[in-house]
Amino acid sequence: MTTRYTKDHEWIRLDGDVATVGISDYAQSQLGDVVFVDLPAPGKKVDAGAEVAVVESVKAASEVYAPAGGEVVEGNQAIVDDPALVNRAAQTDGWFVKLKLSNKGELDALMDQVAYDAYLKTL
Amino acid sequence: MLNRQGRPTTPHAAANSAVTGTITGNRGLQMEEALIFEIGEEGRTGVDLPDAPKVKDRLGGLKRQGRIGLPGLSEPQVVRHFVRLSQKNYSIDAGLYPLGSCTMKHNPRLNEKMARLPGLGDIHPLQPASTVQGALELIDQLAGWLKTLTGMPAVAMSPAAGAHGELCGLMAIRAALKARGDVRKRILAPESAHGTNPATAALCGYTVDPIPATAEGRVDLDALQAKLGPDVAAIMLTNPNTCGLFERDIKTVADMVHAAGAFFYCDGANFNAIVGKVRPGDLGIDAMHINLHKTFSTPHGGGGPGSGPVVLSDALKDFVPVPYVVHGSDGYRLVESGDAKSFGRMKAFNGQMGMFIRALAYMMSHGADGLKRVAEDSVLSANYVMASLKDVMTPSFEGPCMHEALFDDRFLKDTGVTTLDFAKAMIDEGYHPMTVYFPLVVHGAMLIEPTESESKDSVDAFVTTLRGLAEKAKQGDQVAWFQAAPQLTPRRRLDETRAARSPVLRWKPGSNGAPIDKAAAE
Amino acid sequence: MRYLGLTEADRGEMLNTIGAGGIDALFKDVPAGTLNPQLDLPLHQGELEVERAFAAMAKKNVSPMEVPFFLGAGAYRHHIPAAVDHLIQRSEFLTSYTPYQPEISQGTLQYLFEFQTQVSMITGMEVANASMYDGATSAAEAVLMAQRITKRSKAVLSGGLHPHYRDTVATLMDQTDQPHVAAPVDLAGNEDLATLIDEQTACVVVQNPNVFGHLRDLTGLARACQAKGALLIVAVTEITSLGLIMPPGAMGADIVVAEGQSIGVPLSFGGPYVGLFATREKYVRQMPGRLCGETVDQDGRRGFVLTLSAREQHIRREKATSNICTNSGLCALAFTIHMSLLGEAGLTRLAEINHGKAVQLAEKLSQMKGVAIVPQAFYNEFAITLPKPAAEVVEKLVEKKILGGVPASRLFPGDKNLTNVLLIAVTETNTEGDMDKLAAALKEVL
Repeated sequence: MTTRYTKDHEWIRLDGDVATVGISDYAQSQLGDVVFVDLPAPGKKVDAGAEVAVVESVKAASEVYAPAGGEVVEGNQAIVDDPALVNRAAQTDGWFVKLKLSNKGELDALMDQVAYDAYLKTL
Repeated sequence: MLNRQGRPTTPHAAANSAVTGTITGNRGLQMEEALIFEIGEEGRTGVDLPDAPKVKDRLGGLKRQGRIGLPGLSEPQVVRHFVRLSQKNYSIDAGLYPLGSCTMKHNPRLNEKMARLPGLGDIHPLQPASTVQGALELIDQLAGWLKTLTGMPAVAMSPAAGAHGELCGLMAIRAALKARGDVRKRILAPESAHGTNPATAALCGYTVDPIPATAEGRVDLDALQAKLGPDVAAIMLTNPNTCGLFERDIKTVADMVHAAGAFFYCDGANFNAIVGKVRPGDLGIDAMHINLHKTFSTPHGGGGPGSGPVVLSDALKDFVPVPYVVHGSDGYRLVESGDAKSFGRMKAFNGQMGMFIRALAYMMSHGADGLKRVAEDSVLSANYVMASLKDVMTPSFEGPCMHEALFDDRFLKDTGVTTLDFAKAMIDEGYHPMTVYFPLVVHGAMLIEPTESESKDSVDAFVTTLRGLAEKAKQGDQVAWFQAAPQLTPRRRLDETRAARSPVLRWKPGSNGAPIDKAAAE
Repeated sequence: MRYLGLTEADRGEMLNTIGAGGIDALFKDVPAGTLNPQLDLPLHQGELEVERAFAAMAKKNVSPMEVPFFLGAGAYRHHIPAAVDHLIQRSEFLTSYTPYQPEISQGTLQYLFEFQTQVSMITGMEVANASMYDGATSAAEAVLMAQRITKRSKAVLSGGLHPHYRDTVATLMDQTDQPHVAAPVDLAGNEDLATLIDEQTACVVVQNPNVFGHLRDLTGLARACQAKGALLIVAVTEITSLGLIMPPGAMGADIVVAEGQSIGVPLSFGGPYVGLFATREKYVRQMPGRLCGETVDQDGRRGFVLTLSAREQHIRREKATSNICTNSGLCALAFTIHMSLLGEAGLTRLAEINHGKAVQLAEKLSQMKGVAIVPQAFYNEFAITLPKPAAEVVEKLVEKKILGGVPASRLFPGDKNLTNVLLIAVTETNTEGDMDKLAAALKEVL
């Protein structure tokens, strides 16, 4: 269950056929206090790089893009009810959606923890 | 996924309370004031109206059932309420208001007086043309000034504000493209553009493609060339741009855009820097809105109303919204329909007449000579601010700047003080902060626009204050003081996170969030 | 020059500090040959000269103060209490910017909160925003909002909708080639829009009272919308009507858009006015425009801020719910003050007077040969049919120093069925003498 990252600061973690997607701790710290999230309905199909959710803080709003293509199987109701959870636990309980991937191979193109940490240093 | 810089939106937990413990909660002239709904009572009114005629109603059984819930207040109660509210506001009349990109200049009271003249302020938009010849003449005169000042052949007067003007300009461009059978999909706009530019483009169904800036804060011509193509409808470029710089390659930009068959939309928000000094028509632009509430001093009124006439080039001048004024042998009249090339209507009636009156009074007061001076003095003051602060703060780009000076937060590096803290500390010093965190192309932006209204003494006092604050921030041990600012205002930092997480957007009976003692407030 | 703060000596010193040889050195980035153009414009003038010029233009207009006056059709002449204009001219309201720094803008923010509450109350809706440009642009924005909510594109526009509103909506929709169905002009006031609603319909836009004055119960239409998953948008052009009639919210509206001019804002030849925009709480994140919300400050005291800004252009850019930035702040303040002065009792009485006078005039006119009152139920405005073209009649009335109404042909040019239709509005400003003069003059010109 290695975690991989995009340059847009999403993370994705595969467990069997289903991957969990969220935003990185760095992303939540840059956004500031998250006040709202908009999640897709289960069943929605997305391509890699397509918008899958929206996250809003007071002074910022961002789209969350699917790190890999697939079908949404679940959105995290806990962050809808308590958006602050994204700030408290971005890379654990504050996940956004679970995706059933259409091509696990797409993950290979993403950064691993070491590469992502190095990438953050360049920002 | 990140497109913005986040920043604290809840107050710092450690910041000390500075509330003075008075019985009323008032602090001298700073009065606590409840909501009108908490003051008002049934059975009271601030108007005396005669009895209604005794007739059988013709409401078809649709009479309102039950109370609306509006409070009743006497006239003195209403006057006191709103006077007390007014005292919680900063204003240009009270002090320098250096909000970059907003052009907070003096609002002459003559303009207010003219807008209220009987025969101007009270006439109906659908009166017969024969009864409003003076009003139509006034619109025509203002249009003439705008065309001359911009060197453009036509102007659409009806847009209600700057963003509405942008919409008008893009609608004209879309109509012109359609007339030549050309469907284009993309709009190019610099990353430093006002948010209204991409939002407007989206309203017209265009996708927005950002153009990067050079290290000098101007459009990157190579990147522009690479992005231009047969599907580009227009470029939207602010000039002077949002970094406060004149786009020195603007004519080349215009040539490149025209060679690609596209149009050049100029965001005229910063026209104050060049009014009377440079005509946008000489620079190759096709459309530009003019914020009458910036350059021509119609008051901002706490957020409007504005007015955003759009000047148009020969290529676009037939593609205008209705209505517009024409002058024939029998005097002036309004064309409201029947123009096949018009792209339609942008709002009800004839445009922001109240703003037209004020703007024309301002132009006539200044004249051609005074308007040129406006541009010169506004640019002079901004450069003076930059020159006076460049050793203690960090200007983002090489000068000279136009009417606003852009700084970033490098001078605060390692101090623990943020742009936001710095801005809030200015409030305690009696200044409205500059525009902060815009444009997005520099980190922790501070955009200062002093305007031509300020005397040198006033600018000097402002400079002295900012120098003092910058030096204080650099002491390194003043973070807590900055984070606690402002301390001397009617309210201290507000919890914006709480406001957004559980929105309370109206008063409801019994819903007082943090109730104010009613007896004390009255 | 009286508005400029610098002296020649100041300018010299400042240029020295900058290290510039002259003012034009600061304009060195301006392309060669374009600096300092000759402008064929007059030079500066004093207050007195400017006042004279404006007074001369004002004199060429006929002020409603001088003549019996019966124009409406989306803009209404009402009495504005003296306190309103005084208070909105206070420096701190007139010359402040959008309340971006809430600590020093609580005055503006609190009145916006009060404005939002008043608008919610009178429209019978749950939430309202901090204002739009005017009623027509509010209607256009409401259609876009309905499209976002329903994820459908088609808008059905009532045949009783003010043509300026209809055209403003259509112009905006045309930009993205969205379909809209404009129902046939509904002079009789009996259109059935339910038949036009289908599974692609995002919304129905209907005006009440409509442009011909018809007052209708929209609850059936609201149900028809709901059954098909479309939203009902109700436009109100005469906001004082809600002092007397059932509010759109009570009829089942999903979005209410209105022209707020009648409360506190002068006619001013058509602008600036103030657009009201109200909806249900569940749709708030799809609303256009600014919203003010309640919160607390550092010390736990109640305060107000602009909120839910992530919907707006300055943050969301091309994905914003609207491009609106500057709205109608000061007109919203005038509305709030006037409404505060009126209160429940005042607004109700004002509406009763407007309606009562309109009924009186309708009765007077209906007794005239060749004149028929079109709507059965109305508020303070009604269409009448005349035996000859209304535009000609209006011109003849002007000769008799009466502004007698708006010919329908002004709003519906080329519509042969409306040539003889005249729209007449009556407000508290009309005296019985005015009404007698109109009736007498009409008798002569018909």
